[in-house]
Amino acid sequence: MGPLAINEIISENTNLFLAFIIGIGFGFVLEQSGFSSSRKLAGVFYGYDTVVLKVFFTAAITGMLGLLFFSLFGWIDLNLVYVNPTYLTSAIVGGIIMGAGFIMGGYCPGTSFCGASIGKIDAIVFIGGLFIGVFIFGIGYDLWDGMYLASNLGSPKISTTLGMSDGIFAFLLILAALAMFWVAEWAEKKFPREEY
Amino acid sequence: MTKTKEVKQKKYLNPYVGGVLLGIVLLAANFVSGRGLGASGAIKSTVVTAVTAIVPSSTESSGFVKEFSESHKGNPMKTWLVFEMMGVLVGGFLSGAFAGRLKFKVEHSPQITSRKRLLLALGGGVLFGFGSQLGRGCTSGSALSGMAVLSLGGFITMMAIFGTAFALAYLFRKNWI
Repeated sequence: MGPLAINEIISENTNLFLAFIIGIGFGFVLEQSGFSSSRKLAGVFYGYDTVVLKVFFTAAITGMLGLLFFSLFGWIDLNLVYVNPTYLTSAIVGGIIMGAGFIMGGYCPGTSFCGASIGKIDAIVFIGGLFIGVFIFGIGYDLWDGMYLASNLGSPKISTTLGMSDGIFAFLLILAALAMFWVAEWAEKKFPREEY
Repeated sequence: MTKTKEVKQKKYLNPYVGGVLLGIVLLAANFVSGRGLGASGAIKSTVVTAVTAIVPSSTESSGFVKEFSESHKGNPMKTWLVFEMMGVLVGGFLSGAFAGRLKFKVEHSPQITSRKRLLLALGGGVLFGFGSQLGRGCTSGSALSGMAVLSLGGFITMMAIFGTAFALAYLFRKNWI
């Protein structure tokens, strides 16, 4: 059955319409969870508010389990689902640059749109920065395309790389997340802040 | 203190409930389109559109635009992530309206000025925009969506983003605490 667009169960225009609807859900949940506030987002790096860690890992695990169960029930063909390719060098260097941007700017691209939607001027300025950053990458592409295209490992699954089944990996990830949630709850008690 | 805390807890959704809901949205994206969520891809589409409108020859001369056109046929603004991000603006606005949080303001620590906050937001945006291109996606497209499909690269990028932010947190503490 799924993915609907790839199996041509829905038309291209329906797919784009559903993208808009799914986007509304995405923005609504982010805002309801407090991701429109940069000080709340940055809190995870100081322990006073760990909402980012809790929402992020709960969502990744829910999505992962959903896909595994949908596949088990025959509702989705996982061979047709896009698995992000792994270019080792750029995944690490790009991640490091993004991490620096995160602690400096307080947002990531998705959350900055969420903040901008409720009037956060710092989020709007951050989005301006995103456009400049993407533009600089495009202008100087020839300078770093070597790094961008280096160490292409294809699209491996982490479970395959670690030599275990998807189910076992999922189970271990849940245990790791529970341990992190426990630390997060402890940190919020240890570094409490009333107003921010 | 207990009173402010109660107000705060009512204000936002429980994070674990929010996480499950976000996971369902992510699952829906995969079920419908065969790909997860994303954000920086929509910015890339807009930049490519603007650049090709101003400098039409860039479709041949720029490796960046060329790479984009090869993987995205047709109008770069008529892509899944552009429609999804327009939805994010609507969804965020609706949630903010229901919760009474619609307000123009610069959010910053009392220890710094608005001006400093905005300069840092601009700088952070530039870095994040650049890094998202190098890393083939941001926190949404590469880390979150990649993790849900068990992509090795997704886990690596996630660890690099959060690891770096933790490592640099001490330097930037005045901006947040």
